[in-house]
Amino acid sequence: MTALLELQDVHARYGPVKALHGVSLSVGEGEIVAVLGANGAGKTTTLRAVSSTVQREGDVRFRGKAIRGGPESVARLGIAHVPEGRGTFAELTVWENLRLGAYTRRGALKDDFARVGTYFPWMQDRRHQMAGTLSGGEQQMLALARAFMQRPRLLLLDEPSLGLAPLLVTEVFRIVKELNENEGMTVLVVEQNAHIALQLAHTAYVLEVGRVALSGASADLQQHESVRRSYLGY
Amino acid sequence: MAELARRLPIPQRRLPASPVLIVLTAACIFLVVGCLQSDIFAQQTVAGLATGAVYGSLALALVLIYRATEVINFAQGEMAMATVYIAYQLIQWGFSYWEAFFTTLPIALLLGVAIQVVLIRPVQHKSVIAVVIVTVGLFILIDGLVAWKWGADIKFMPSPFGNRVYHVGGVAVARGDIGTIVITLLSVLLLWALFRFTKLGLAMRASALRPAAAALVGVRVDWMLAIGWGLAAVLGAVAGLMAEPAEFVLQPTLMQPILLYGFAAAVLGGLESPAGAVVGGVAIGIFLNLVGQYVHFITSELRLPFAFLVLLAVLLVKPTGLFGHRRIRRV
Repeated sequence: MTALLELQDVHARYGPVKALHGVSLSVGEGEIVAVLGANGAGKTTTLRAVSSTVQREGDVRFRGKAIRGGPESVARLGIAHVPEGRGTFAELTVWENLRLGAYTRRGALKDDFARVGTYFPWMQDRRHQMAGTLSGGEQQMLALARAFMQRPRLLLLDEPSLGLAPLLVTEVFRIVKELNENEGMTVLVVEQNAHIALQLAHTAYVLEVGRVALSGASADLQQHESVRRSYLGY
Repeated sequence: MAELARRLPIPQRRLPASPVLIVLTAACIFLVVGCLQSDIFAQQTVAGLATGAVYGSLALALVLIYRATEVINFAQGEMAMATVYIAYQLIQWGFSYWEAFFTTLPIALLLGVAIQVVLIRPVQHKSVIAVVIVTVGLFILIDGLVAWKWGADIKFMPSPFGNRVYHVGGVAVARGDIGTIVITLLSVLLLWALFRFTKLGLAMRASALRPAAAALVGVRVDWMLAIGWGLAAVLGAVAGLMAEPAEFVLQPTLMQPILLYGFAAAVLGGLESPAGAVVGGVAIGIFLNLVGQYVHFITSELRLPFAFLVLLAVLLVKPTGLFGHRRIRRV
């Protein structure tokens, strides 16, 4: 498996506060990789280091090339970041949000929109609704659909389960799995809910205070003593 | 066109609060009835509509920048005035009025973009006050440059619409007023279509609403803000070029009162609402004309103070204006 995304000794800071102290991880083409960890472990910052939305040092390579420039340049490389708080435009309609997702692409969007409909059937009829009036679960789906419209090679997902009812969490993760299997989308997902994340991901990393504490195949981590105790609760 | 039709119906927007709608409807009925009853009233209403359209388009320019940069651009009027001088210069060089008009607009666009890139962008992330001070400085700078280049004395420009007056029934309607109304409202409509139907417009709205999220989908937010300044400058240029024939003469103070009416219009409309700015401008234009006609102690010297009385009343009674809504920020 060739690495699509490679982080080598990445440090990041918010002003004077250091959030990452040398994180290294790699995401293979077609893989789903989960980043687990407690609050403040640096999970979100890891994603932000990739999309250049935080001050970072160290080597971040996408398809073998160092990532440069601000978030808009990263988006143009084919990396879709669904940030904390989903990054949907509450004041715009569902359809406008989807069009923005496809901003970096040229050509007609009709086929893409039809395919969005196969994953999210409800969106077709409600495309003129303001995104802010959607439920939390629907907004998370819209964020996914918006990322899908970008046709990314790599999807960065920040806590997709946050604030959602358990049933919706299952639904969101099912769709992520489908996107990975049917569309060949590589996914790097940050998640507090280790249980569901380990079920979804092929590989996982556990972060502790800005460093990788553990990594390995999800199946192995599920058996791992300390992961079970700290994150899975049994 | 098919594409356009498919995207209709227009998505439902937040409708203005219903009391406002009732007031506006009542005002419209009042105007229509008044116009049918009295020729003078109709005449004043049409003339007010023309000046109001100018206030409205300058107010819209202010709102565009307020939404994108979150400051009032105090130099908006002077930017407009400078573009009128550019048109004046072009006419001096032998352009016809309309050639000068359509050449000035792209120049205004470039000037607006340049001002944002060179002067606003470096201070934009520092503080709101810093940006405000830069716009005030820009006001003085443009004023000085224009006076230095063209002199502060009065210049004369041809009227684009001539001096003809039409008589509809007993109502005398100046061709200039009709032209002003058509041109300003057309430019507002074009701008609205740009924002509503084009990818550029969508990206500009996204950049103003949520810059961070817009960057994540690949929008070059800095450039969108610069283009926003450019479009505001174009709108200002249209307002200036339409205001000039009404004032008959061109001098560096041309836009100063109009900017103040524009402020009043923008605040009346709710500062964040483009539709509100236009409605606010038109309302103030008509209102002041009718008051000037029927309330005798309000002479032309009292027009501006009276407009500010209206502004003060709006701020006291309904600070969010006609179409604005309280902004709720999640933290």
